[in-house]
Amino acid sequence: MNVIETSGLGKSYGRVPALRDCTLALPAGRAAALVGPNGAGKSTLMNMLVGLTIPTAGSAAVLGGQPAGSAAALDGIGFVAQDAPVYKSLSCADMLHLTRNLNRRFDQQYAEARLAELGIPLKKKAGKLSGGQQAQLALTLALARRPRLLILDEPLAALDPLARQDFLGTVMTALADGVSVLLSSHALAELERVADYFIVLASGEVRLAGDADDLLAGHRMLTGPAAEADRIAGQHSVVEVRRAAAQAHVLVRISGPAEPVPPGWEAHPVGLEELILAYLRAPGGAAQPGPAAALRPEPTEVAR
Amino acid sequence: MTVLTLPAQPGQDAGMAPLPWRRMVWVTWRQHRATLISVPAVLGVVALFLLLMGLKVHHDYAALAACHGAGAAACENRASALTSTDWTMANTILILMNLAPALIGGFAGAPVLARELESGTFRYAWTQGFGRLRSTLARIVLIAIVLAAVSGALGELFAWFFGPPMQNAGMSPGAATVFVTRGLAFPAWTLAAFTIGVFLGMLIRRVIPALAVTFGAYLALGLLAWLVVRKLYLPELAPGRIVILQRLPAVPHFWPAQFIEAGWLLALSALLVAATLWLVRHRVA
Repeated sequence: MNVIETSGLGKSYGRVPALRDCTLALPAGRAAALVGPNGAGKSTLMNMLVGLTIPTAGSAAVLGGQPAGSAAALDGIGFVAQDAPVYKSLSCADMLHLTRNLNRRFDQQYAEARLAELGIPLKKKAGKLSGGQQAQLALTLALARRPRLLILDEPLAALDPLARQDFLGTVMTALADGVSVLLSSHALAELERVADYFIVLASGEVRLAGDADDLLAGHRMLTGPAAEADRIAGQHSVVEVRRAAAQAHVLVRISGPAEPVPPGWEAHPVGLEELILAYLRAPGGAAQPGPAAALRPEPTEVAR
Repeated sequence: MTVLTLPAQPGQDAGMAPLPWRRMVWVTWRQHRATLISVPAVLGVVALFLLLMGLKVHHDYAALAACHGAGAAACENRASALTSTDWTMANTILILMNLAPALIGGFAGAPVLARELESGTFRYAWTQGFGRLRSTLARIVLIAIVLAAVSGALGELFAWFFGPPMQNAGMSPGAATVFVTRGLAFPAWTLAAFTIGVFLGMLIRRVIPALAVTFGAYLALGLLAWLVVRKLYLPELAPGRIVILQRLPAVPHFWPAQFIEAGWLLALSALLVAATLWLVRHRVA
């Protein structure tokens, strides 16, 4: 089952596109990182997945074909929006009670235990909590709903380094319990610890999407004489060419590890961060959907 | 590091029944506690004032009525004294009662959605399992019920308070300013102001501007009703007819007219709620 499926999804504000032709399929049980610079369309995509933003093109379904934003879909999604909005005049206990009333499932014990562990008093007003504590409260509310899919928009932004570690631990625990996770961030290095699936957005377009291991296995860095760079580039599917005085580094897509290395060139595996940054730098035309294309779903009948 | 584990994975709950509406009672109460306490509290104070003044007014006019047998000069003095005291006060309160629906409805209505949009909490409220249309509808209806009840009660109390001065002044309950403070019209106008406030709050997305436009819209609607609509079902009385009567002048068509006025106001309110829900569904971001 795919927890997220989008097909040609797009959103324009007037004539300004925020997201264009986004086709994705995220299998269940994964921790997907949505990465890209500010204004890349990360929040737009997430908001469309929970029905807060109405697409101007294409469609989005979640949790195995539920239309995004439908009550049935929201029932299984724990969503924490950017800046983790909570009612500032309500106490933490009231926020728990509120969320329990608004949802089919709510694990009060879990929520209380997590807040206690974080040292957030139940009686304190949400508005009196620090930014990091508000983010933790919002995350606790989302987790206590026992979602099948967690969607977290910039969850690390308000957290200090220690709280980030704790948060990432919580995400890993959720993963181990079978919850699928989609989280956005521009803190790439930290995401590498938890995410096993990457979706790279830039200028409102999906530049790259796929399983982390597949992405790494599907690319290599070729290093060789700068004079031959153009010839080599012509023979490969190139993501990026970087030239130094004597040597050139060509990041190419490969079909498998058996693909021969051109004579006189050296092949190196690439790191995720290096790979993602290369795709972010690459102009839109150079980008192709990565291995995600293989995972693209058959058109799914919307379950009623 | 947090070592708490998540609870067991829920099943696919295939045949999901919607969450029960009654859950929204606590939610609405908690989220709109300020409105749901302050509106009845303020109106309670107003009611107490009306009750005390009403007792005085009733007493004064009863004494005036008893006077008619006595010397004409003494009665004249008493009547003119009442005109400058009780009648002035009653008339002032009448004007305030004409503005009350806008104040009650506007202050209760404009923030309902505008505050969520202004503070960003709509991104919490509208992504919960209850569903955003159902939860929005439930909140609007529950607050509307409370407003209808308290404004209806206030209207009744005011009608009792205003009876003797109105009777003495020969004013008709069919007069435009009196008609809207009575019976069904008063709560209906309050609900109309409330739903105008809710709708404009959703449209404008900011509390204060929405509140200001709500007052303007209410005023425009009031003028439209007075100058155009009401003439269709409430025959005008001959102007300047001052008669001292023992009983209230019977206005023909008073109750049918009340039903018609309340009817179209409620239809308008329902339309505004529908338009609000449409906006919630289609124009979020």
